[in-house]
Amino acid sequence: MSTAPLATGFLSVTGVLFRRELKSYFATPVAFVFTFIFLFLAGIFTFYLGGFFERGQADLQPFFAYHPYLYLFLIPAIAMRLWSEERKSGTIELLLTLPVSMSAAVLGKFLAAWCFTAIVLACTFPIWITVNVLGSPDNGVIVASYLGSLLMAGTFLAIGACVSALTKNQVIAFVVSVVVCFLFIVAGLPVVLGFFEGWVSQDVLDIIAMSSFLTHYEALVRGVVDVRNVLYFLSLMAFWLVAGAVAIDTKKAA
Amino acid sequence: MTAKIEIRDLSKHFGDLKAVDGISFAVEQGEVLGFLGPNGAGKSTTMKMVTGFLPPTAGAISVCGHDMLADPLPAKRLIGYLPEGAPAYPDMTPAEFLDFVAGARGFRGAARQACVDQAVDRVNLDEVLHQRIETLSKGFKRRVGLAQAILHDPPVLILDEPTDGLDPNQKHEVRELIRGMAAGKVIILSTHILEEVAAVCTRAIIIDRGHVVLDETPAALAARGRLDDVFREVTSRDTRAGASA
Repeated sequence: MSTAPLATGFLSVTGVLFRRELKSYFATPVAFVFTFIFLFLAGIFTFYLGGFFERGQADLQPFFAYHPYLYLFLIPAIAMRLWSEERKSGTIELLLTLPVSMSAAVLGKFLAAWCFTAIVLACTFPIWITVNVLGSPDNGVIVASYLGSLLMAGTFLAIGACVSALTKNQVIAFVVSVVVCFLFIVAGLPVVLGFFEGWVSQDVLDIIAMSSFLTHYEALVRGVVDVRNVLYFLSLMAFWLVAGAVAIDTKKAA
Repeated sequence: MTAKIEIRDLSKHFGDLKAVDGISFAVEQGEVLGFLGPNGAGKSTTMKMVTGFLPPTAGAISVCGHDMLADPLPAKRLIGYLPEGAPAYPDMTPAEFLDFVAGARGFRGAARQACVDQAVDRVNLDEVLHQRIETLSKGFKRRVGLAQAILHDPPVLILDEPTDGLDPNQKHEVRELIRGMAAGKVIILSTHILEEVAAVCTRAIIIDRGHVVLDETPAALAARGRLDDVFREVTSRDTRAGASA
């Protein structure tokens, strides 16, 4: 008869899955390539498009302003493999016949991916040091901006994980995630709101504007740590993770 | 507690296709059940349901008294499963992979290392323990899959084509391993190699088009004549019945 397992708690099992996933980024060149490209593009956006030096202001606005667009392409690239790779290689059968609950599997994978993006984001610390050397920025605003950026990255990831659960094909997972994330970004842009203006009621217009990443992210980047903005991202994450779990359950056989 | 698996009226429909259509059987401790049948007969689908991967369309699965459908985690703890093709994470080494499976099964610390060491020892994985799984030969990959299935010494072992793609020596080793573990366990294995049934199984079930068409001991099966002929006879009979229905 089998030895009684010693630890089968939810957190304990989630932790085991989390560590395996996080390690897998560093087992291949994925982590290195991704970090390099993220830092390179973030640099270009900040210094060339954002005019970091020309503005002559000691803040990181030009750095954070482009994160939604960086994430738009880079986060789906991380998320696309989360479930479609498991389905394609058949390891999903192994994973889901272990005594592991669906929520532990979804959460372990998601948290590992989120932790990885947090590590990449943390690698941008030299620009924080730079701006502190050059002037005296409001470091509270910068902390709030990092928080906003991390929350937004997590939401992109949750969307990408859900889409990844729907297909075995990573290219499809990538493209569909980009489109869904794009819609969440542009919902708040004046051009989109202008399109709806006049033929939908003001309430609907407010809902569209409110559902945008940008509205909530920009508030955080301005240093306004409103609980509602944080809750917005957390509840979106929860929604997409649950949707992902449902998707895995219904699609795993195919 | 003795190990036992009970399956009642198990069905799985994919749209109009009845992959498994009302299968019932029970397997007791000490039995090695060989699951035979043509490709697409429903062998793998049945195993996927018994191990809790696929939810059945109808029917009940009991693993040592635990209901797989109502309360899957206790039932899953008692099962060791080798899925078809022995999938494993290609960027991990067997050592890392087995450590992960042991961790996911709730082993910690010294117990975790001990069960990994024991499994490695039983399937002779020492020489490739620190090579990436993607670089391993088919035989070693299969052994990694077997190792993860047996590392918690489960009372129930379900092996989907455990010897597929192995050379004769490796096949012999795996059969020896299965025979050696049989006494204290329920073992179900699928195969389409007919002589494997005579070599390791104490009982054979032939399924075709989602139905059990034969359930006998290998000796009784042998008494019917050449295994190939019996197989062809019972499976084609059902095919004809299916075609006329």
